[in-house]
Amino acid sequence: MKKSIAQTIGMHKESYLLMTPYMIFFLLFTILPVVLSIVLGFTYYNMIEPPRFVGWYNYIRLFLDDDIFIIAVKNTLFFAFVTGPVSYLLSFLVAWMINDLSKTLRSIATTVFYIPTIIGVSVFPMWRLIFSPDAYGYLNGMLMGLGLISEPVAWLLDKEYILLILIVVQLWMSLGISFLAFVAGLQTVDRSLYEAGVMDGIKNRFQELWYITLPSMIPQLIFGAVMQIVISFSVADVSIQLAGFPSTEYAGETMVTHIMDYGSIRYEMGYASAMAVVLFFMMVFTNRLVTKILQKVGI
Amino acid sequence: MFTIAKKKSGAKARRSLAGNIAIFGFVALLGLFSAFPFIFAIITSLKPLDELLQFPPRLIVMRPTLNNFTDLFQLASNMWVPLSRYIFNTAFISVVGTVLHVLFAAMAAYPLAKHKFPGKNLIFSVIVMALMFVPQVTFIPQFVLMSQMNIVNTYGALILPWIGASLGLFLMKQFIEQLPDAILEAARIDGASEYKTFFSIIWPNSTPAIMTVVIFQFINLWNYAPKELIFGESLKVFRMALEQIVAGDPIARMGAGSAAAVILMIPPIIVFVLLQRKVVETMTFAGIK
Repeated sequence: MKKSIAQTIGMHKESYLLMTPYMIFFLLFTILPVVLSIVLGFTYYNMIEPPRFVGWYNYIRLFLDDDIFIIAVKNTLFFAFVTGPVSYLLSFLVAWMINDLSKTLRSIATTVFYIPTIIGVSVFPMWRLIFSPDAYGYLNGMLMGLGLISEPVAWLLDKEYILLILIVVQLWMSLGISFLAFVAGLQTVDRSLYEAGVMDGIKNRFQELWYITLPSMIPQLIFGAVMQIVISFSVADVSIQLAGFPSTEYAGETMVTHIMDYGSIRYEMGYASAMAVVLFFMMVFTNRLVTKILQKVGI
Repeated sequence: MFTIAKKKSGAKARRSLAGNIAIFGFVALLGLFSAFPFIFAIITSLKPLDELLQFPPRLIVMRPTLNNFTDLFQLASNMWVPLSRYIFNTAFISVVGTVLHVLFAAMAAYPLAKHKFPGKNLIFSVIVMALMFVPQVTFIPQFVLMSQMNIVNTYGALILPWIGASLGLFLMKQFIEQLPDAILEAARIDGASEYKTFFSIIWPNSTPAIMTVVIFQFINLWNYAPKELIFGESLKVFRMALEQIVAGDPIARMGAGSAAAVILMIPPIIVFVLLQRKVVETMTFAGIK
């Protein structure tokens, strides 16, 4: 079984060669942009003049001089801490509930709950129709028909309601890939554990869930959490499409819409990059924290 | 005897009837909320003009018609670039972006899953980390990079970043890892090279994972329409063209808008429904330890 050094190198050469085509694109379009973000974050760069080093200026400006960035951070955190956990729990709960169904019913249910993620972007016009500001809007029409309001409400223009509506729509789309991972994970839990559980005096489905199902699914739970954190921190599309860009008094501004504002409209690439770096570290930090918590499940 | 015992005990703790009803009710309600905009889009796209402008608006359609769809294509035929060009663009970036990504990701996933070599763990942890580099976050530096490479406003800007997407590689690696080593040993004893092993053993045995990555990649590319990267009319994708038609007059084109939404959402749904089993099978191995 012993391999000579030459053979070992030969084998590794094949491994590296197989990875090369992918790695070129991965490094160029995924890793390099992140490194570039960190570098550009310390510069002033408008795409016309070469980048000029400005030290921590962008970061100081972000937190001390940009009121809208503070609104964006608040909204992003609000999104992350409301839609993140809610849709994570909902993903698991729905997956767990449909797990007892027959195979066909479970497939149908899986599709019904995953469809919003697939078609989310196509259906934004329908949400605009539902929340449209005149009496022809479906929500206004319905509420006026019921006599609950006497005048149409400009749902997507009124900063009282914007964030709430965005959260509802975001929740609608958010039973995403983590939901699929949970559906799959639940089916792989070792059946004999449940039998053993019955012997050991587990009485109802909730005890079964906490003592057997959850601990067996920790890898899927962590994968789901990583994906959910990313999704809930990078909310932008729903805000741009429903609340407008910019939204009324920036009520729907999130960190990503703020990045897009400075990046693709004002061409302040350095400043936008600094924001992306802040957002990225927020995600990494949350991810670490959540992973730690999840590893304690069921013990 | 063992199997009989398994069947008898039902393998699970007692379920109460009340609990079953409560759960079913809850799932049904959520399902309704989940499917509502989808059904709403279909209903609205079938409404004739007088029903669209009816007050108060109604959720059902009385006299369904396909006028909205013909209107949409009527409007599209007045455009400077024919609609078929936009459809070709979408199909082209979807196919090329998906094929290259799946092939390259599978090739990279095989050594990561089955070989031992220096740097393997580092590479894999970078890839897990990269699951957090969503396009929205890396968009600005990516744009800077692409403008330096002079590929903005070309197909390259639409396709190339997707080839190195990290989720596909991650799912492939997890799936290949659980394939039994015995089939690899057999190929090696027969004297197959690693490349041959990959194409004749790993690739055909990874069908569920390949199909899954194809679905995710196809859905992403189908829905992808970055206005900041493409401004040449003839390079725009189908979704941009439809949005452009509808954006002209949102009220009068409410019907055409719903028709556009229906056309855009049907293909990814069909793909997902057809390949759903494979996705669930693959996601089984998606856990992160």
